[in-house]
Amino acid sequence: MTMHRVPVDVSAWIGAYPFRELPHPDPDVLVRVLGRERIGQAWVGSLPSVWHRDPGPSNAWLYAQLGPHSDVLLPSPTVRPDWPRWEQTLDEAVARGAPSVRLYPMQVGLGASSGALAAVVSGCAERGLVVQLTVRFEDLRQRHPMDSASDLTAAHIRACVRTDARAQVIVSGAGRDLIEETHWSLTPEEQARLFWDFAWVWGPPEDHLEHLIRTLGPDRFVFGGYWPMRLIQTPLATFSLLGAYLPAVTISAADSIAAAARKSAAG
Amino acid sequence: MAPKHLIDPHAHFHWSGSRDDFARYNASRLRAGQTMGITYHVASILGTWGRTSPTYFASPADVTAGNDAMYAIALDEPARVRSFVHVNPNHTAHALAEIERGVARGAIGVKLSASRRADDPLLDPIAADAGARGMPVLHHIWQHRQREWGMQEASDAIELVRLARRHPGTNFILAHIGGGGDWAHTLEVIRDQPNVYPDTSGSGVDRGMLDAYLEVIGARRLLWAADLTLCTGLAKLQALEVVGLPQEALDDVCWRNATRIFPRNSFPGT
Repeated sequence: MTMHRVPVDVSAWIGAYPFRELPHPDPDVLVRVLGRERIGQAWVGSLPSVWHRDPGPSNAWLYAQLGPHSDVLLPSPTVRPDWPRWEQTLDEAVARGAPSVRLYPMQVGLGASSGALAAVVSGCAERGLVVQLTVRFEDLRQRHPMDSASDLTAAHIRACVRTDARAQVIVSGAGRDLIEETHWSLTPEEQARLFWDFAWVWGPPEDHLEHLIRTLGPDRFVFGGYWPMRLIQTPLATFSLLGAYLPAVTISAADSIAAAARKSAAG
Repeated sequence: MAPKHLIDPHAHFHWSGSRDDFARYNASRLRAGQTMGITYHVASILGTWGRTSPTYFASPADVTAGNDAMYAIALDEPARVRSFVHVNPNHTAHALAEIERGVARGAIGVKLSASRRADDPLLDPIAADAGARGMPVLHHIWQHRQREWGMQEASDAIELVRLARRHPGTNFILAHIGGGGDWAHTLEVIRDQPNVYPDTSGSGVDRGMLDAYLEVIGARRLLWAADLTLCTGLAKLQALEVVGLPQEALDDVCWRNATRIFPRNSFPGT
């Protein structure tokens, strides 16, 4: 029996990236990589859908691609809040066993106070779906000139957390500054429903992850590998280097966040 | 499979003149390096890192003070730390004097930050002097610079290759292909310039980057390095270990290339 180092990777995608070639962004390769790195499951989004006007066809492609690997890869479809019939997208996500959906407000030009964004977050909370937000896909210094969406802001994250007391939110790709700006601008109850993957949080010698674990607590963090954009080894390496400072740290298990979302919805 | 040794040819330290928690920072680098198996950190201190003059336009006084602090660290850690001498080429006489002083204090390479465009003639005496001494020049590089960036006069691979062509007897370390910008652009620019050695450092961990460099320039010209983020350095080391490189090639990237381009006997035990 395989002992997993990490039960769930919440930040994986499949499919092509519009601004550069990615090697083999395919589900069977992802399954192999997860096995190599001893990661139990991944929540997987459709990368092309992030930039599509209508994510519907790309979501259908995602379900089809992940079907043969449903024991390891769980779908996390894209929802565009200002696109008609998003309610059906959420219903289908539930029917397909998705633990979460992904919203990309910056890529579709939605402000933090968008009513459409708030409505979708509440729709997710009603259905027991975790809301996933992504700060960035590439470093600002390397982006293609046409990749002009700004990084996700703390205001967007705050708005999503505050809009519904049942909402469970996971943010991928934040660095220390955004995490601290957001976390300390929320009530303790709101903080408890917000989780961060640490794929873009630096380890030594700046030791940002160590600092955040000491100040926010390890249960605010989940594992996200950022495959196929980035080396999945990065957060594993950062976490392994914590050992000298914080032995036996246990981060949150993403499946327990999904369970909490379902429980809140049922309650 | 793991490399026999590990040399980080692009490391940095801090000192009391650059940040208050310098001791914690330096200890963290050394501790993480030990965990990762780093045999030698080849490091520089860039003046006061912006405290009293800009990091990339350090004043002569700050350059000297930062170098002195770096030599002191190397003296304290002779088994695992080596020094670059950092210079600002806008002050040519000072830069050349610092190189001479640095060699006397044990420096084994020259560190150029982003103080002057790499193809500017002002860099020629520095590149020539380093070459004559058998020392490599580590040059901060922006991968595909498409515009000016504040607080630096950044260069990209095109400009560094112009300098490298003028100084075929000098080896140049092209800094941090993961350090911002487009690494794919750099790869195409340097592929036929044998005295330019890209290092893998920087926070960028794009999938495909290491594979592309190994395929195009081969293991004999790539240098594993970490720079400011040892976590991404470790990730790239682990990625190198799973891409199927033969042991010989892995050793080239992780330490043997460094022993070839730095002065002989810089790394006892390797």
